[in-house]
Amino acid sequence: MSETPKRRVALKVLGATLGAGAFARTMAPLASWSKDLSMGEFLQKHYSEMTPEEMQGVLRRLESDTKREYGRDVNIRDIRPTEGVEFGYALNLSVCIGCRKCAEACHNENNHDRSTNNSYIRVLEMEQGSFDMEKGNTTYTHAVPAPGKYYMPVQCQQCNNPPCVNVCPVQATWKEPDGIVVVDYNWCIGCRYCEAACPYHARRFNWTKPEIPAEEINPDQAYLSNRIRPQGVMEKCTFCLHRTREGRLPACLEACPTGARVFGNLLDPNSEIRWVLANKRVFVLKEDLGTEPRFFYFFDE
Amino acid sequence: MPIFLSSQRLVAVLSGIALAAMVGCKPSPASQPLPTSKTDQLHPVVINDPPRLSSIESGATDPRGAPTRVACQTCHALRQSNPLPASMEGLTTFHQHMVFKHGDSTCTSCHVEGRHDRIHLANGKQLPLTEALSLCAQCHGPQYRDYQHGSHGGMNGYWDRQRGPRTRNHCVDCHDPHAPQIPAVMPAAPPRDRFLHAGAEKTPHE
Repeated sequence: MSETPKRRVALKVLGATLGAGAFARTMAPLASWSKDLSMGEFLQKHYSEMTPEEMQGVLRRLESDTKREYGRDVNIRDIRPTEGVEFGYALNLSVCIGCRKCAEACHNENNHDRSTNNSYIRVLEMEQGSFDMEKGNTTYTHAVPAPGKYYMPVQCQQCNNPPCVNVCPVQATWKEPDGIVVVDYNWCIGCRYCEAACPYHARRFNWTKPEIPAEEINPDQAYLSNRIRPQGVMEKCTFCLHRTREGRLPACLEACPTGARVFGNLLDPNSEIRWVLANKRVFVLKEDLGTEPRFFYFFDE
Repeated sequence: MPIFLSSQRLVAVLSGIALAAMVGCKPSPASQPLPTSKTDQLHPVVINDPPRLSSIESGATDPRGAPTRVACQTCHALRQSNPLPASMEGLTTFHQHMVFKHGDSTCTSCHVEGRHDRIHLANGKQLPLTEALSLCAQCHGPQYRDYQHGSHGGMNGYWDRQRGPRTRNHCVDCHDPHAPQIPAVMPAAPPRDRFLHAGAEKTPHE
């Protein structure tokens, strides 16, 4: 008789020990939580579900995070699309000389990681007469334009039917009403499905925490565009929405020394972009995939 | 770009005037950039006033190694211009360092004899040197047409001129009028993507 309760107690103790162990193991991440994840960040809602007040709180928190981690006072805004505006971009292959000034301007404007010299634009050096993008060279360092070559900058095509958006398992990336495909960097889980789905190699992954000296940080930032991205999330070209949604031209266009880039409102029949579409020989990359890009390439006569 | 912005001049003002003044192919008198807007609500388009139209490379450099320029007036205000030669070989005292590579043009194709600050159109009409844009447009019609439609020549400022002004490059901001082909340049640094480097850290996913 006296044997049974002992064994019962032993089993109870064993079970309790295992349970406590499992519980401790489950809760272990909470111990290191405060180091890189604040309560506010953990509880933050999806971009589309935040009230304006909640968004303001998030923006102020991100600003203070930037101040603490990068030593720079920045202004992060949430800029919404303008009604009646859908952005389009066109690039003149006849005049692009491959100088990479656009990629450089993007690097600086969008607070890219300095160590990788990252940019949302890759300039492909292509053989004249060929259209094999697999053979495009992005790392040339000789004087441009080189004989027998032409240059094709490639960035996010802001597809009307974006495959990157369709594959996102958590809806951290979506197409805005003005056509710009954006990422909520705080909602992204870093699975990189979108990077694999993009036929234009337009998405980048933050393998490491971006390194930027405080004095080089562009303080004019937006939540959905050029604020400094956390480690482990995807990023992409946003047509500089922190500029373009306020009516300004994108940084890559302003930097282009040959005027190869044309930007504007596709819904405005008198815009420059519409004139190009109506009067030039225009094409889109990989049209057969049905992505319906808002980024166009064209030739002069 | 800031160098271009340093000496701006209001050449073309509201779109109604400058942008629609020519529009080579379309004879319609004026094109409004935005149908829903009134012209007087639009911010101006300002065309740069590039240093090439009022000065020339001196051949010397400043203490920091940057090339310096001399205003045309520095010499031309003091001495009578020599007669314009028929070819570059005829330049014996001044301007010999310049490169001339602009089709079959000669000095008098554009310049006015005895007037350093004036140019003339093909029909003989004289213009100040600063209005060289119309001179270029005589022969380079397609480029001028594209320029008028914002698809040739760089710009800065606002795509939406209801919200802000725009600055346009002048032809000679980018093209040397005496040798218009843009010379080869060294590109900005290439990306250092992880997958581009043989010695880069390998991860199972790359």
